[in-house]
Amino acid sequence: MISLSAAAPTDVITSEAMATDVACFPTTSQYFKLVESFKNDGFEMCVDLCGVDYLEHFERVLPEGVVATRFEVVVNLLSLSKKQRVRIRVQAGNDHAEVDSLFSLYPGTEAMEREAFDFFGILFTGHPELTRILMPEDWEGHPLRKDYGIGKVPVQFKHAPGPR
Amino acid sequence: MSDTTIRTAERIELLVADTSEGAQELKRREATGKDELGRELGSVLRIDGLTLDPNSIDFERNDDETMIINMGPSHPSTHGVLRIMLELDGEFVLRSKTVIGYLHTGMEKTGEALSYVQGGTNVTRMDYLSPVINELSYSMAVEKLLGIEVPERATWIRMMMSELNRISSHLVWMATNGMDVGSTSMMIYGLRERELVLAFFEKTAGLRMNLNYVRPGGVAADLPDGWQDDIQVICDTIYARTFEYDTLLTGQPIFRQRMIGVAPISAEEALALGVTGPLLRSTGVAWDLRRTMPYLAYDKVDFDVIVGTYGDNFDRYAIRLNEIRESIRIVRQCLEMMPSGDYRSQDPKVTPPPRARINESMEALIHHFKLFTEGFHVPAGEVYSAVESPRGELGCYIVSDGGPKPYRIHVRAPSFVNLQAVPLLMRGGSVSDTITVISTVDPVMGEVDR
Repeated sequence: MISLSAAAPTDVITSEAMATDVACFPTTSQYFKLVESFKNDGFEMCVDLCGVDYLEHFERVLPEGVVATRFEVVVNLLSLSKKQRVRIRVQAGNDHAEVDSLFSLYPGTEAMEREAFDFFGILFTGHPELTRILMPEDWEGHPLRKDYGIGKVPVQFKHAPGPR
Repeated sequence: MSDTTIRTAERIELLVADTSEGAQELKRREATGKDELGRELGSVLRIDGLTLDPNSIDFERNDDETMIINMGPSHPSTHGVLRIMLELDGEFVLRSKTVIGYLHTGMEKTGEALSYVQGGTNVTRMDYLSPVINELSYSMAVEKLLGIEVPERATWIRMMMSELNRISSHLVWMATNGMDVGSTSMMIYGLRERELVLAFFEKTAGLRMNLNYVRPGGVAADLPDGWQDDIQVICDTIYARTFEYDTLLTGQPIFRQRMIGVAPISAEEALALGVTGPLLRSTGVAWDLRRTMPYLAYDKVDFDVIVGTYGDNFDRYAIRLNEIRESIRIVRQCLEMMPSGDYRSQDPKVTPPPRARINESMEALIHHFKLFTEGFHVPAGEVYSAVESPRGELGCYIVSDGGPKPYRIHVRAPSFVNLQAVPLLMRGGSVSDTITVISTVDPVMGEVDR
């Protein structure tokens, strides 16, 4: 069971029917306020933050009222005192995905947001330094996007035999 | 060009631009934003309404007086290819920034191209010191989506193998930590004891590392004949030798000087940074998923969660040493309480038919072929499963679109998150302390970079 605190933005869609865990589906404008209310409500830790690219899956199962977008940011919060987890799924946008950074609430999201930016090109407003983290600085494109082909970059092996 | 022009800021910037990949690096103070500067200086907790002014931060120096140097990516103490950039004032660290990605091999992307049957071979290579626990996290996520039950014996085998893996991982940590502080005999002893565990893994799963032993539905093979004797020997030997480590290190004055009171972290800072595992427990927070959110059969065995008080290097050392003993306690209980029965689920959806059936039945052959070529389909949905790895909370987030391959697989790697505590731990310490900080944070670069 999950109860949103009074400070949480109103009209946040929550669902307990989704797969296995409780999930909240805020809009991008509700997102920061919602996480803040969870933080004040005893969720001390943000364990995970990652992006998902649902390129072809606009028909995926979502609670009524949630408008599916291509990119989704998934945040897992953990309350040590309540021994409870909550998952927040934000529909981040289609072509231009941008959400607020959680850095000012949970400084530990710094690396995770950089990773989501690196892999998906999702922008985080308010992040101290949004650069690539795992890919090289001069890399082109965001490799975990679904329209980024595997093997797109030709790899030249040393002493590789030429074409016959 | 005279010496004075080389020393001007513009020239240094040119040098940095010529020899680097750019923005991922530690930059000069003027070129760094105030939030980022605060992060590199190690400030974590924020007070509302207080704006951080770079000029008011202590240790403020002219760029002429400080030096930015690289430690790594190929430094023997960085446990792989971790690169840490340090701003030094003489011997002391003012700022630091970790630069990672040198071992990035796109394992999350690869995971999207592998079926659920093959996925275990991918995740097991992430944290190469605790392969069983990686597979466990992945298998539990897949099983949650499939909604299948794992037989009791498989659960206990998984638990015993996880604990053996925790022992071997902590032994490697003891060894490399010993190496980092100059105790090379500890290096040899730690790896010697680990060999016992790896030999048992080889006997059970066929491989010493990257086992692919825990699979969706159960485990790959039953325990070998006479496993009780092997486990007995492993437990007795390693348990006795942990006391030799005590003699060698715990009371040793030089070791204590390097460890006690060095690089402390508070519970609030650890929680804000999302740090888990021994690093969090060293601050006195008794958070261990095996106890607080039990999975497998951890609620049926008796063990203690080891916590520290000061959050310094020595606490982290003591926690790991004592966790070896606690894990041996759990393994001994597994030995006594190991139930009989199947070692994998009999659900034909995830488990191939036995060899004898394949020889005589065409359908069984087709079934076997389909399972290992196409794989099994997993209902659409998304799931997060977390287990306690030797380094902290290891989570696996899987999105399925109903097909035989994960649509998205994301691994919440504890080392990746724990590394963010490094600027905080290093601040104000000397260069020799940075070695012990890297060591006691215990990052495994395979899972940091994935």
